[in-house]
Order: sequence, then C-alpha cells, then structure tokens
Amino acid sequence: MPNQYWWRSFKDKLMVGLAGMATLLVLLPLVAIFGYLVYRGIGALNWNFLTKIPKPVGESGGGMANAIVGSGLILLIASLIGVPMGIGTGVYLAEFGKKRFGYLVRFTADVLNGVPSIVIGIVAWSLVVVYQRNFSALAGGVALGIMMVPVISRSTEEMLLMVPQSLREAAWGLGVPQWRTTLSITLRTASSGIITAVMLSFARVAGETAPLLFTTLGNQFWNFNVRRPTAALPLQIYTYAQSPYDDWHRQAWAGAFILIVMIVVSMSLVRMVVSRGVFKGGN
Amino acid sequence: MNGSLLKARYQPDPAAASSPLAETTQVPRRKIHLKSSRLADAGFRYLMLGCALSVLAIVVLIVRELFLRSTLSLHAFGLKFLMTQSWDPVNGDFGALAFIYGTLVSSLLALILAVPLSIGVATFTTELCPRILRGPLSYMVELLAAIPSVIYGLWGVFVLVPILRQYVQPFLAKYFGWTGLFGGYQFGIGMLAAGIILAVMIIPIVTSITREVMSAVPTAQREGVLAIGATRWEMIRVGVLRNARTGIMGAIILGLGRALGETIAVTMLIGNRPEIAKSLFAPGYTLASVIANEFSEATEDLYLSALVEIGLVLFAITLLVNIVAQLMVWSITRGSARRAAV
Repeated sequence: MPNQYWWRSFKDKLMVGLAGMATLLVLLPLVAIFGYLVYRGIGALNWNFLTKIPKPVGESGGGMANAIVGSGLILLIASLIGVPMGIGTGVYLAEFGKKRFGYLVRFTADVLNGVPSIVIGIVAWSLVVVYQRNFSALAGGVALGIMMVPVISRSTEEMLLMVPQSLREAAWGLGVPQWRTTLSITLRTASSGIITAVMLSFARVAGETAPLLFTTLGNQFWNFNVRRPTAALPLQIYTYAQSPYDDWHRQAWAGAFILIVMIVVSMSLVRMVVSRGVFKGGN
Repeated sequence: MNGSLLKARYQPDPAAASSPLAETTQVPRRKIHLKSSRLADAGFRYLMLGCALSVLAIVVLIVRELFLRSTLSLHAFGLKFLMTQSWDPVNGDFGALAFIYGTLVSSLLALILAVPLSIGVATFTTELCPRILRGPLSYMVELLAAIPSVIYGLWGVFVLVPILRQYVQPFLAKYFGWTGLFGGYQFGIGMLAAGIILAVMIIPIVTSITREVMSAVPTAQREGVLAIGATRWEMIRVGVLRNARTGIMGAIILGLGRALGETIAVTMLIGNRPEIAKSLFAPGYTLASVIANEFSEATEDLYLSALVEIGLVLFAITLLVNIVAQLMVWSITRGSARRAAV
C-alpha cells in the first residue's frame, strides 16, 4: 500500500501543505508583534516623549529624549571603532586573505559573531569600566563596536569578492598601485554594498540591551560626556517594561516603536539600495 | 580627483610618443614613483593585516579578561562550581548548575519548536512557493531577525504571557499533564514562555542558513530524482534535504548557539528563580539572565568573580557549539573553496 500512487500523492500534498502552514505560523508572530507595537506605540507617542527627559517616579509625563540622544552617542562611538576595523578586515580577507591565515581570520570572525552579547558586555566592563572606575558611554560604545566588527568584515569581504577581477586588472594595467586600486576602484565599486553592510550591523547593535546593562548603566538626565553613565533607548525600554507603573509601560511601548522604526527604515533603505543594482561598474 | 588622476595617466605623453629619447629620460622619475608606491602598497597591506589581526586579538582578549576577572571564583570553587546549584550571595556560596540547566532546557525547547518550522519555511521558500513570493517572504523572515531582543521581551510580557496563562497552560495541563512536564502553578512566566520566545528569535537564522544550503544543492540532483518519477515531496526529501543535511544540522546548531546566549528577552520571561524543576511551567534562570540581573549589583569581589565565571561558562558553551556548527556549514557551502586552498 505505501507505494501506491494515491498514497504518495497524498503525502506530497500533505507535506506541501505543512510547509505552507509553517510559513504562515512563522509570519504570525511577526504580524502580531508589529501590529501590537504600532497600536500601543503610536497611542503612547507624543511631543513630550521626544523632547523631555524622564519624570521622577509617580509623576506622569516626561519622555525619553535623553535616551534617544544617548543611543545616538553610543552608536557613534561604536561606529568609530567598528566600521574602520570591520572594513579593514574585510579588505584584508578579500584582497590578501586567500591563504591559511585568511581562513583563520574568517573563522575567528564567525566565532566572534557567535559570542553572546552579554559576554562582550563583561569584557567591555573589564577593559573600560574597571580602569575608569566609572560606568560610561565609552564602555558601551566599545562593546557595540566589537559586535559590529565581524558583521561588517564578513559582508565587506563578500561585496569585494563580487567586484569583477577584470576591474582590478584594468587599474593595474594603467600602473595604478595596488593600494590605490583597492581604495579608488574596488572599494568604490562596492561602496553601496559596504554601506549596506554597515547599516545592517548598525541595525543589529542599535537594539542591543544586554551589553549596555553594566557598561553605560543608564541615566535619568541629559548627559553628553562620554566618560559618564548615559541613557540608551533599549536600556530605558528594559527598565520601564519591568517597572510596575502603567505610565512607564506606555512609554516603554513608545520607545520600542521609535526603536523599531529606526531599524526598519535603515533595513528598508538597505534593501532598496541592493535591489537597485549594487554593481553598475561590472557585469 | 581620482578620475582626473586616472585620466592623466591615460593621456599618452606627446613628447614620449614622438621620440624614444624623451622616454628614456622619463625612466628615473618613474622608478622613484614605483619605489614609493611599492612602499605604500606594503604599508596598506600591513594596515589591513593589522585590522585582521585585531579580530584575533579581540577573541584572545575576551578569553584573557574572562579568566582574569574570575580567578577568585575559579580558585575558590574549582569544578564544584559546575556541579552545585546553591546560589547564595549572602554566604558567598556559588554554583552554576541551576543556570546551566535553565540555559540548556530553554534552548532545547526553543529548538524543538523552531526546527520543524524553520525547515518548513525554508522548503516552502526555496522549492515550493511562486517565484514572486520568494523575495517578500524571505524579507519578512529577515525582518523577524531585526526585531531587538528587548522588544521581544516587551511583547512577551504583555501579550504572550497572558495568552499562555489564560489559554495555553490550562489546555496543556489538562491534556498533557500526565507527562509531568506541564504541572504546577500556571504563572504564564516560566520556562515555556522563554522557550517560545527563543524559538521565534532563532527561526530567522535557522531558516536563512537552511535556505542557503538548500540552494547550494545542484539542480541536477532535483532533476534526477524527478526524472525517475518522484513526487515533489519525494524530490525534496531525497534530492534536497538528504543532500543538505549536514548543512541543516549546522544551521540548527548555530541556532542553538544563538539561543544559549540570548539574554534580555529570556530574562524578562523566564521568571528568574535558580531552581531545577521538571515542569516547564515553573520559573527558571539562565546563565545570561543571572549576569544581566545581578552584575551591576554585585559588590563583593567573590560574587562578581562568580558572575564573570558564569560568563566564562557561557562563552565556553557557545564557543564549542559555534565551532561545531561553523565547520558543518562550511563543509557544505564553502567545501570547494576550502579544498582549493589546502
């Protein structure tokens, strides 16, 4: 019986149906999360939220302006550390890394990518906070910067490898030195791909909370000093979500909405750039 | 500026073109230029090498700092740390067993839920769905990966937990209570909630890697199986899944690595109680959550050191898991490149 055609055909339809169901089931939380986020977030969003700092416990109102700016500050520090190192590593892997050592670096980058963010938080604490004797935006930036490196380097490498070899050879043929070829020809051709990589890594670390918990610590007031504890949007959401106050829950949703809008916008920009055709120079 | 430089190189020197003598007088100048550019090339190369080395340095630094800051606890407890489950900051007695248990159980639960779904989604998007849907579907699954952990936690606390408490847990207790896995108080928060949210969080990575390895299976394999009269499902099972199984296994283990290290969403949902309970409804605690909750409050040296050692344990587990997974994925997708290099 198991080999009869109707049975095989039935099994075929069943499995195809199950695969389709799985897809629907996976999209369900996506829709549910986004739907609820927009519903609660927009309801709680107002001008004060974007321009005021948090009020003391018990008073309603106030906002997360300091956390939004603080997040920007931390991400800026992270980018200053992560972007050059990531792109440099990517260039090394794509242009010089065809030997054993290249594989070692690639493997290490993949391993680093898998290190839990909270462990990176401990390391940043150990490297910065312990010596400064102070929680600071700098420490958070170091943690997020470390997390950006493997993401950027691996995608930069991928993008650079997609640049046709003939372009490099054309430059060499004109007597352009290799460093100049890499900077002005290869990197420039792949630039939108690399911007994509940077944006993606940005989107990934922008929502990270765990490594900030004991590096930047959070702050209820304005702070622009990188050597002081600073508020960050994900941290603030985390703190507010765990509080017993309804008003703070409302603000947590508004903060989450802002965070997700930032992330989705950057991801969609990336998507647009990629679908426009990244490599117009080569074929 | 670059353009103008290139253009300048393009234009043949009229003097050089007309008389060979003029060209020879040019030679010394060009030689100097070549020398300096060779120097610049070497410099550039070393600069890039420096960046690459820094990746290695970061990993070495992680290991060093973790050992350095946990020395106290390593000496005080030794291997006992991994085998006792007392966590008593007041009396300075620390053991990580309850956290290791919570981490493993929540992650395995996540895998059990996520793996069939991920393989289903990957199969659907690579083999079955209309070409038009392929892009949007994979984009939506990717979007799931872009949602930050803290938002998963927020959603879990305010939406998932009430649903679990009101509908799912009574149902499970009623029909599957006999297994012993679904007994006790129904808080909503607990191991089950953490497992579900972890499953949603690892589905994107497992799906995308599974899709990658499935696409790496040559079309000829599919055609061959179809040609001997297989149905679509048989083609997928024999022609695709069987060929991609090492890679899929790698994807699953990589997902496990993600689940083990996930912090914030789990901390918000698992209940944070260092106990080993059979029931999935009971609250638990994971390695990552205990660090997240207690690190900034730990004042005594031994307490802090024990927390760093927990970080070390977590790092060791994820490192092992990731290396295994990476090797498995590489053996499929990069097998050819690697063989060429060796």
